[in-house]
Amino acid sequence: MKHLTAGRLGAVLLASLGVLVVCLAIGLVTGPSGISPGAALDALLHPAESGALADIVWRIRVPRLLLAAGVGASLAVAGVIFQALLRNPLADPFILGVSGGAALGGISVLVLGTWIGVGAGAAPLAAFAGAIGTTLLLYGMAAVRGRVSATQLLLTGVVFNAFASAGIVFLASIAGLADGSRIFLWLIGNLSAARTDMGIVVGVFLVVGLGVALSLARGLNLLALGDEAAAQLGMAVERQKKILLLATSLMVGAAVSVSGLVGFVGLIVPHLLRLVLGPDHRLLVPASALLGAAFLVLCDTVARSLLGGRELPVGAITALVGGPLFLVLLRRNSDRSFTA
Amino acid sequence: MSLQLRNVALRLGEQTVLRDVSLELAPGEVVGLLGRNGAGKTSLLRLASGTWLPDAGDVLFEGRALSDFPRSLLAQKIAVVPQDLHVPFPFRVGEVVLMGRGPYQRWLGFESSHDIECAQRALERMGILHLADRRIPELSGGERQLVLIARALAQEPDCLLLDEPTAFLDLEHRIRVLEVVRELVASGASALLVSHDLSLAARCCERLLLLADGRVAAEGAPGEVLRADTLRRVLGFSATVIEGPDGLPLVVPELGRKDSVERGA
Repeated sequence: MKHLTAGRLGAVLLASLGVLVVCLAIGLVTGPSGISPGAALDALLHPAESGALADIVWRIRVPRLLLAAGVGASLAVAGVIFQALLRNPLADPFILGVSGGAALGGISVLVLGTWIGVGAGAAPLAAFAGAIGTTLLLYGMAAVRGRVSATQLLLTGVVFNAFASAGIVFLASIAGLADGSRIFLWLIGNLSAARTDMGIVVGVFLVVGLGVALSLARGLNLLALGDEAAAQLGMAVERQKKILLLATSLMVGAAVSVSGLVGFVGLIVPHLLRLVLGPDHRLLVPASALLGAAFLVLCDTVARSLLGGRELPVGAITALVGGPLFLVLLRRNSDRSFTA
Repeated sequence: MSLQLRNVALRLGEQTVLRDVSLELAPGEVVGLLGRNGAGKTSLLRLASGTWLPDAGDVLFEGRALSDFPRSLLAQKIAVVPQDLHVPFPFRVGEVVLMGRGPYQRWLGFESSHDIECAQRALERMGILHLADRRIPELSGGERQLVLIARALAQEPDCLLLDEPTAFLDLEHRIRVLEVVRELVASGASALLVSHDLSLAARCCERLLLLADGRVAAEGAPGEVLRADTLRRVLGFSATVIEGPDGLPLVVPELGRKDSVERGA
């Protein structure tokens, strides 16, 4: 009988970590400045030295890689948790509109904050509030007799996304932020404004969220059987669900407040991992964190280098990969009709 | 007494699902719960497992209110076999049965060798050890039911609540399930069995409880409850009840009788 052992968990974590390190290395040596891999590694290993090379590596590339890793991990883990909570492999913070809610919360503070005297530092918290508000709305809208219908869920997400985008454009226009390209970049999700302090915020929220998800990973397995079965198997369902929703909203809020609406990471990464590792959340949660980080680092590297000197927003890359995959999943999901 | 329901009532929205139902399960006893579709059997099971709280009355396990038990302790005492198993992710049979060990695990909860042993023994008793590494969505309805019973056995419960556990099973497996329930009860546990198979229930249960419109319509030994007039009145069909070679009642439904479609008073 196959079952999870510490050895298997260790092997999966080690392999995932290996992939992440390779992706980080690729990201480090790739860029428009034409730095050779050897020189980039040399600058990385000697942080005390100064000069243009060290500046590019330490001030531009490293913060951006770390931010991409943090955002990718946060979104992937949030995706895993949403999928278990809603018992639906199509759930993802972007598709559900939770990212949109977070963005609306974040931009509200940026725009209105100047009038009510709240600084831009409150943006992650406002994004968190937006994320949690959207999650509660989703729950209220979509839960019918304890089961969540995929149709309700997806429609609510689509409509809420449209609403949030409109709200963001509206607020930005009021504030005279109608510099179209910046708003556009934010709506599609990008990491070009990466700074070290952003990475720290995302990192802190990620550690909290990941800790919660790991400690409740067994509960996520039980929730896949339904709330009632989970309770009958000894889970304090309502309390653990609340904690999980809080943790997810924290991670999504922080990620969105620094990167905008990067979509589909929470859909693609857990889906691929489930194919390889199976659905046990004790494996899926930590592996999604590491490989979600690796995935977004890789996508961002592509976004930075695909068009030579010009940058693509990373959200365009993830959406180009994720959109088709979503359609495939939706098709298969309705075939099996476990959505009813 | 192992499990006691005292004068429980349950409302769902406008509708009163159960009113003034009392039921006691003693160790070493199987009680059969019978009734039409919608009579309140599954709701009663939910109250008995502490999944729902009654609007009136008490539910006690070993003299203590179910709501006083921590969830995980309760799941070590009472196991539920639901009607069916739906999982949105492709878990393996072995993984689902090991979830029955959840109430005994902490944190990440790597399964101990004892957990593995329990799950394997449970699979073996249900005759599905060979399915251990199969994925749940690949199974038939009957196989899923056997998995659910194996999961409940892995919980090592003192009290087993089964909601039509044999509905999708062939006769061989129905008999096996009832034998497993009898074995468990012989070792001091108690069981509550929802069933529509009256003759089989008569052979598995010490007592039967007939539920109609959320009330207890009849209660007692199989021979006292399974009588033609009671069946017509409460379950709404005509049948001849004869005595089987084992001295227990056999219900032989009469097909084509007009009053079989009329609802009893």
